Order: sequence, then C-alpha cells, then structure tokens
Amino acid sequence: MSLDKDQVQHIAMLARLKLTDAEYAESVEKLSKIVDFVAQLSEADTEGVVPMAHPLDTAQRLRPDAVTETNERDRYQQNAPAVADGLYLVPKVIE
Amino acid sequence: MELHAKTLAELAAGLEGSDFTSLEVTRALLDRIAAHNEKLNAFVTVTADEALAAAARADQARAEGSGGALNGLPIIHKDIFCTRGVKTTCGSKMLENFISPYDATVVEKLQNAGAVVLGKSNMDEFAMGSSNETSYFGPVHNPWDLDCSPGGSSGGSSASVAARFAPAATATDTGGSIRQPAALTGTVGLKPTYGRVSRYGMIAFASSLDQAGVITRSAEDAAMMLGVMAGFDPRDSTSIDTPVPDYVAGLGESVKGLRIGIVRQHFDEGLDPDCAARVKDSIAVLESMGATTVEVDLPNIDMSVPTYYVVAPAECSSNLSRFDGVRFGYRAKNAEDLLDLYCRSRGEGFGDEVKRRIMTGTYVLSAGYYDAYYLKAQQVRQLIADDFKKAFADVDVIAGPTTPTPAFKLGDKVDDPITMYLNDIYTIGANLAGLPAISVPCGFVNDLPVGLHLVGPHFAEQTLLRTAHQYQQQTDFHRACPGDFK
Repeated sequence: MSLDKDQVQHIAMLARLKLTDAEYAESVEKLSKIVDFVAQLSEADTEGVVPMAHPLDTAQRLRPDAVTETNERDRYQQNAPAVADGLYLVPKVIE
Repeated sequence: MELHAKTLAELAAGLEGSDFTSLEVTRALLDRIAAHNEKLNAFVTVTADEALAAAARADQARAEGSGGALNGLPIIHKDIFCTRGVKTTCGSKMLENFISPYDATVVEKLQNAGAVVLGKSNMDEFAMGSSNETSYFGPVHNPWDLDCSPGGSSGGSSASVAARFAPAATATDTGGSIRQPAALTGTVGLKPTYGRVSRYGMIAFASSLDQAGVITRSAEDAAMMLGVMAGFDPRDSTSIDTPVPDYVAGLGESVKGLRIGIVRQHFDEGLDPDCAARVKDSIAVLESMGATTVEVDLPNIDMSVPTYYVVAPAECSSNLSRFDGVRFGYRAKNAEDLLDLYCRSRGEGFGDEVKRRIMTGTYVLSAGYYDAYYLKAQQVRQLIADDFKKAFADVDVIAGPTTPTPAFKLGDKVDDPITMYLNDIYTIGANLAGLPAISVPCGFVNDLPVGLHLVGPHFAEQTLLRTAHQYQQQTDFHRACPGDFK
C-alpha cells in the first residue's frame, strides 16, 4: 500500500471529510491503487514543458469590476439548512 | 411512424406541417415515460405539469406565427444543469432537495428556443462515474439489456434517448461522460470544444475539462441542438467568443477528400476484437464515400488516463469545497462545532466515489506532492495537446472506438476504480486537449451497440457533425430500437 491509514486520515481532514472506520479501510486500499496508477506519470519526459494553463491556449478574459448582480439574499437563503434574520446559522464559534 | 420514434428533425417537420401538436407529442412521451421509466430509472424528476404548460405555450406561439428554433420539441436535461424552480440534485444526497434560484445558460437558451423539458435525468453523483452506479438515486439500466450499465456519467440522458423517451437530452462530458454512454446505448453523443457551450449553471466538477453537449439519435438532431446551445456567455469566464456556424446547413456536404487519422494505440490489445471489427467497418464505409485514411501518432496518449485522474480530482476537490452544510445542501444533525459540521455534512452527504476523488485531489495538491503529481500532470497534458495539434496538421478528424467494450454488467466494475477509469481510455484525450468529439452508433456486438469515435481540432464541430451525418445516410444503426422499447 502506497498510503497508510495515518496519511488517509490526514488527507480526509484536509478535505473536511469525516469517514467511518469501514470507509477508512476501503479508502486506504482504493486510494493506494489510484496513487500507484497515476504514479506512471513520472515516466513521462517533461523536461522544459510549460504546464498547461488553458486547453485553448488563450488568456483569461477580463471584465470591468462592476456590480452586476442584484441582492437576492432571501431567495438564495431558501436553500440554506438554517437561517435567522437573514443570517446563516452555524454552531457556536466563540464562547 | 409513432411519435416517440421520431427524431427531433422529424418532429419539427410534423409540427410545422400541423400533422400533430406539441401537446400531443408531449403527452405521448410523458405516457411512455410513466409506463417504462421504472425499468430504467432514467429520471430523478419528471416535470409533467411544466412540460404540458410549455407545450401549450409552444402550440400557441406556432399558431401566432412565432416561436424559436426548437419550438414545441421535447427534450430532457441532465440533472447537473440548474433549473429555476425545479430540483437540481446532481445525482447526490448532498443536493437531494436543492432548488436552484436561477437557470443555467443552456437551460435558458433551450427554453427561449421553445424546447419542452420533460424532466431531469439521472446521472453519476456529481458526474463522477462511468456506469451511473454512483448516483444517490440508484443506477440507470441500459435499454438494450437491463442488466447492463447505460454508461456514465450521462447515463440517464443516454438511456432516455435510446428508449425513445425523448429525441434529445442535454449531457456533460468531463472525461467521456457524453460519448461513452452514447456508445453503450447506440445513440449519438457530441462533446463540443471546451468553451463552445456555456458552463454557467452547470454544476462544476473539473472546470478546465467540463463541457456541455448533447445526446440524440441522429447527427442532424445534435446539430439542431448545438446551434441553440452554443455561443458566447459573459457569465462563463472560459466561454469563447467565436461565431456559431449554421451546423444544420453544413450537414449535406460530402466526406469526399476528408482525411481520417487512425491512431495505432487505439486498436491495441485493450480493445475487444469484435468492437474493433465494427469500428474498422465503419471507417471503411467512410472510405467508400471518398474519405482517405492515414495513420497518425499520438505518442503520449497512453498517459491520458493517469493525467486525467490527477487533474480532474484536483479540480473536483477545489470545486466541491463549496458544499459545507451551511449555505445550501445537506447538513449533518447535532454537530458539536463548526469543524464537525463541515466534516460530517460532507462525509454523510457525499457518496464513496465522490469522496475518493476529493481525497485523491486533495492528496495531489497537498504540500510535498504538488510538483510530482499536479504540475507533472499539467505538463503531460500539454504534451498530449501538442500531439493532437501535430496530428491535425495532416488530418481533419481522428477516428477510433469510443469504448474498449460494449456495455458491461451493472456491478461488474464498481469495486475496482482503475478498471472503471480505463473505460474512458479513448475519450479522455479530447477533454485534456479541449477538443470536440462525437460518438456515432456503428454496429452491434452480441446485440449491444458499439460507437465510432471521431475527434476534431478546436471548433471543428461542423466537420464532426457532417461526417457523422453522412455516415448515417449510408447506415441505419441509429434507427435500431431496443426490443423492449419499440
């Protein structure tokens, strides 16, 4: 296995994913397979190759920094799991 | 011919000639969906009421002498496109109850053209999968063999079009997700050039690869759909501002003199010999019509799947960080603190394959591994794109198989991610290089459809559609209907 449980736990924490014990066991096995598989990239000769930035070889378009959206907070918050007074609710952060 | 058997073009002609109304067509297809969808599980949501209302409006518009290019024609949207007022789940528990506050540009354009939306099709969760088995709403079944997968991620769209639920369905392709399901269901699947169709309102998986397209039964229908869907959109920062040709008008041009490139590696031992035979037969048909073939070399193409499985997960890990259990989507109950809320909402809201890809992406982007994986992959990606560019100096299209085998059984590949990933070995190169590509039905192996894959240079959709259309004038594989759905 190219990855061990500690590494997978670290990755899961970075990704903000809580896994069950069974999921950890499976993830160690399957992520190791994926990492081993993509490791064949090291065989490619990429000396001096500029990494791709855009598939069409064009530059990113710029736009004027202007306000174009209207305030639709109420409509957007209809999808929120918990809101009050126009604010999103989360567990208490500051004691 | 029964209404459900008609293509988009045939329905358009019938509506124009007052042979039937949009309301009649819409009712017929909704009845068909109600009767047969249980076998396929192709829909997440059927929008019967909205469809009937839209059909009535279309008929009214026609009576008044107005209406757009697709006025009254029935289509289905992949459930990755945001639809205002109708659930958009992306095949995930995370978005099980999400109702978008806005329409995707593709949805808006098709609506403005008068299309009637019958519903939202099932798909692999967040478009991550090649079999439709990662959907939170269960797998879709292939109309040609209900034990088989319809491919993925656009499996609900491909199964629906193959089963004659609708003549056309929108779809998306990040690493073969339009073309592979099209091949496995005997339909046409067109992935346009990166940036040709707006990504606005299309839930993001890997933003440098994602592209919206269409699944139909004829190349002509794909041309009709693309003509409406394509075009510059200021709301998509990678949308390309280049004119949209009249794709339908160009279909009649012959393939005489068309230069077809054949990639040797695409016919190696990984390809089922019977599939290889069908694909070679189809290329011979094009040659008999005046096209010529030449062998072309894509020296780095073998690296395309590993390259993709670094780049796509990296972008997915970044894109899916927006799902935090706070602003929209699934939220875990009784969180201890904010971190617990994030981790449990994501852990419980995402399925296994999505979590695997997020973690793969997190790993390849993490300190100490970025250069070896992500940067390296973007370099190899450039090499692959350069290979295509060189090849297209000598040929107009590259032809080969869409998939290594016909449809596989549901459950067969789900336990081994690498085996599943390799199903997209022939299609992924086009995504990495941003190229347009199409899969066209080219025969059967053991009564299961096989697809011919054509790739063109940037913005050569016209060439692909014309080649596919001309091929379909000489063959009738696209007219074959699965036995249980006649």
